[in-house]
Amino acid sequence: MNSKRNYYILTGMGFGFAFLYIPILLLMVFSFNEAKVTTRWSSFSLKWYQALLENDAIINAALISLKIAVISATIATIVGVLAGIALVRFKKFKGKTLFSGLMVAPMVMPEVITGLSLLFLFVAMEELIGWPDGRGMTTITIAHITFCITFVAVIIQSRLQGMDESLEEAAMDLGGRPIRILFDITLPLITPAMISGWLLSFTLSLDDVILASFVSGPSSTTLPLVIFSKIKLGISPDINALATLIIGIVAIGIVIAAWLMNKKEKAYQRDIQMAVAQNE
Amino acid sequence: MEPLEEKYIDPQPWLDKNEKPFLEIRSVTKKFGDFTAVDKVNLEIYKGELFCLLGGSGCGKSTLLRILAGFETATEGSFFIDGVDMTQIPPYERPVNMMFQSYAIFPHMSVEKNIAYGLKRDGLSKPEVKTRVEEGLKLVQLSQFAKRKPHQLSGGQQQRVALARALVKHPKVLLLDEPLAALDKKLREKTQFELMDIQYKLGITFIVVTHDQEEAMTLSTRIAVMNQGKIKQIGTPTDIYEYPQSRFTANFIGSINIFEGIVKESLSESHVVQSEETQCDLLIDRDSSIHTGEKIGVAIRPEKIHLSREEPDKQDFNTLRGKVLDFGYIGNLSVYNVKLPSGKMVKVSSPNQNRYSKHRVTWDDIVYLTWEPANTVVIL
Amino acid sequence: MKENRLIPNDHSQAEGDKAALPTEKSAKHFSTLRNLLNSFENRTWRGVVIGIPYLWMLMFFFLPFVFVFKISLAESIIARPPFTSLIAWVDGTRLSINLIFDNYLLLLEDDFFTIAYLNSLKIAFVATLCCLIIGYIMAYGIARSKASIRNVLLLLVILPFWTSFLLRVYAWMGLLSNHGIINNLLLAIGFIDQPIQMMYTDFAMYVVFVYTFLPFMILPLYSTLEKMDMSLHEASADLGAKPVTTFLTVTVPLSMPGIIAGCMLVFIPAVGEFVIPSLVGGPDSMMIGRMLFDEFFANRDWPLASAVAVVLLIFLVVPFMLYKFYSARQEGRYV
Repeated sequence: MNSKRNYYILTGMGFGFAFLYIPILLLMVFSFNEAKVTTRWSSFSLKWYQALLENDAIINAALISLKIAVISATIATIVGVLAGIALVRFKKFKGKTLFSGLMVAPMVMPEVITGLSLLFLFVAMEELIGWPDGRGMTTITIAHITFCITFVAVIIQSRLQGMDESLEEAAMDLGGRPIRILFDITLPLITPAMISGWLLSFTLSLDDVILASFVSGPSSTTLPLVIFSKIKLGISPDINALATLIIGIVAIGIVIAAWLMNKKEKAYQRDIQMAVAQNE
Repeated sequence: MEPLEEKYIDPQPWLDKNEKPFLEIRSVTKKFGDFTAVDKVNLEIYKGELFCLLGGSGCGKSTLLRILAGFETATEGSFFIDGVDMTQIPPYERPVNMMFQSYAIFPHMSVEKNIAYGLKRDGLSKPEVKTRVEEGLKLVQLSQFAKRKPHQLSGGQQQRVALARALVKHPKVLLLDEPLAALDKKLREKTQFELMDIQYKLGITFIVVTHDQEEAMTLSTRIAVMNQGKIKQIGTPTDIYEYPQSRFTANFIGSINIFEGIVKESLSESHVVQSEETQCDLLIDRDSSIHTGEKIGVAIRPEKIHLSREEPDKQDFNTLRGKVLDFGYIGNLSVYNVKLPSGKMVKVSSPNQNRYSKHRVTWDDIVYLTWEPANTVVIL
Repeated sequence: MKENRLIPNDHSQAEGDKAALPTEKSAKHFSTLRNLLNSFENRTWRGVVIGIPYLWMLMFFFLPFVFVFKISLAESIIARPPFTSLIAWVDGTRLSINLIFDNYLLLLEDDFFTIAYLNSLKIAFVATLCCLIIGYIMAYGIARSKASIRNVLLLLVILPFWTSFLLRVYAWMGLLSNHGIINNLLLAIGFIDQPIQMMYTDFAMYVVFVYTFLPFMILPLYSTLEKMDMSLHEASADLGAKPVTTFLTVTVPLSMPGIIAGCMLVFIPAVGEFVIPSLVGGPDSMMIGRMLFDEFFANRDWPLASAVAVVLLIFLVVPFMLYKFYSARQEGRYV
């Protein structure tokens, strides 16, 4: 009977994973389709990749997006780390409730509202102090940073909560001042969390359509905006090619990262076992 | 050759009126909201002591230690080391170091780097750091593990890294938070003596927090028993065990039998105590602070009671008759629960000197319990 | 020998060693000035750590809402910026405050908006429910699979999340359209004569919603299911419960925190979602995020768009507060 139940669960999981992967796989397969119609296979061809490389608009947009993503992920990681430390390590301070609220809210806030409100802010600021001058990369970057800080703060927060606080106390006990301790102890220990925070921010920034729709200017079109305006009109094979490239790069990156992490973890476990065995 | 006795001098600075305390805690209180974790604690600790703060969980011992280290600020009161007020000084400037319960060894640094960390923060020169680290490693016998990362060490080795890391700073006072709690029993016993040895060699004042009474008894020069944020008693291990001043201390350290009674008569050498729990009167040594008619508790440790199946000759005082309800064989000794006619249970332990004794006391035996008046303690 | 064993002697020796070192902290070291500097350093440090993120979020997250709220009380005009100001000097002497609630009244009166709000809630609710069912099966399966393949399966769940959201929606457009892969397949095997209209229907929205939000449901469910003590199931079986009973009376109640977290992570963003309804949704099935977008970009009615945003916010605050309340209670219970 137990095996029968397992069988149901396995079937369910199989369908689930098929549901997750078949659409992506089909999308990738049809990027190699010769015909303009992306839904019926004719013959193998790389012509859509070539078309993609010749499309300056898409390439420019991709470069702008990458630039924004790198800058905003970096700044969001710095600010988010500070926020995470403030949330976990400072037990009480004035306005902590509002602070922790501000660190969660952007995550649950519909992006249409965040985008709309940021646009209003930029318009008002431009009127008052003349900055930012119009909308473009700066405003998109600010919007992305604001959105990503929250995610970094949450990741850092959970890492810090799992970390033995006495490590920082020990450093202080041994004569380390607060700022030294940050660089000697805290940051090295939360480096993995910082990396995942940065990567998540980078991905979120590269992926954002809605915030960018509100706060971008005519001179700065990001890649998602280009894709969005293109696919609104229907399916187009060069987008399939683009998607295949993006998914391929991401998948390879993640698989390598997971493999490396797994290897490191195994070596770590082996060391611990050896240390214990040696003691006996 | 020096005379042998000199080696075993056991200085007791706390008995010397001219000796000044090295660490002085004056009416320190710590409150967390409504909860008082440490309640007006006064403590004087002398140079070279190995002082234990002993108590159950939540008794305030760890909080007191953290106040000394500087991680908590006292709500009231102050404390001095070597005559200097330390209350306002941040942890990184105190001449005090701590060995954490979790050891708190920096996982991303090698053993060497861990030990060097505090020295570097003091701005010592590189060769100086190197020599001191080597000294420290030698002290805890970890020289060959200098390059290892913490996760490549066993629990006992990690404990020694933590100890060396704190000691190389030559603190005036070393604070140890449950230093042996994470080790298994065998290793704990061995490490206990190593710790005493190191303390003796360096002469640094140690303050140890522990919940383990055996550990406290073995290690310390003096013990402070804490309960609910207050210090119940301070004294040498012998004092604490043999002369508990309160019911709490008496029950917390080892086990004890307490008979409730009233002082009936005061003689020249002793007092006679009448108790409803015993058939005969109890005799205790004379004490000028005890008056006739006073309600007191007469306490006696289980191992100080003599248990026998033969009826003793004299039965005027300190002789109880009862039935063995339960007994437990522990190996080196056996523990008996004896029920008196009044219903009172008395715990007795006696060593198993002979194997397979024919006259072994067993269930439902009628036994007689006797003890010397000098072995009792009066608890008010 | 003797000197080393005697404590007092040993002391003076240790003391002598230390006095020569620069580390020795003598009594004079701790001046009041030093203390002041220390507390200053600590305060600056705290100020920086708290201040930078606090100011950033106040400036770029909190303050903008004040603007949204303010503009929602203004009137739309053709100007730059396209709304009236709330406070104005009349004749240069009198201060007049003009609060216009017309935008909110319009939202209440016009069925169009009410229907859009209700439709958003309905679609988000159904999508969450579907995610829960599929997600639970998958999370349960992963949590119960062998430890060695568990991480691989989990990675497979997370992987699509790292690829572009937009492209995941796009993948379904190719499947669902009238000349899409599904219709072509069904036509080819003769199952249907005419393409089924799937694109631009609620069905398409549900499929894509579930597809894009599924990882958000699986992850919190998995983390509670994985932590669950298997001996509880054995105890339940040992006490005579059938597998189904065990599942309903032990597994489901204990995974409640994961269920709630997963549902919130799907439901809240789904209500305000814009990309999915505008790419695969039908014109008659309006969702609120899309409406806000259209009101702002197509009609350039800033005040009305702001009012839509404020109301949407209120819709979302309620479930979020419930969630917070529930998780606070949970913590209270288990800590």
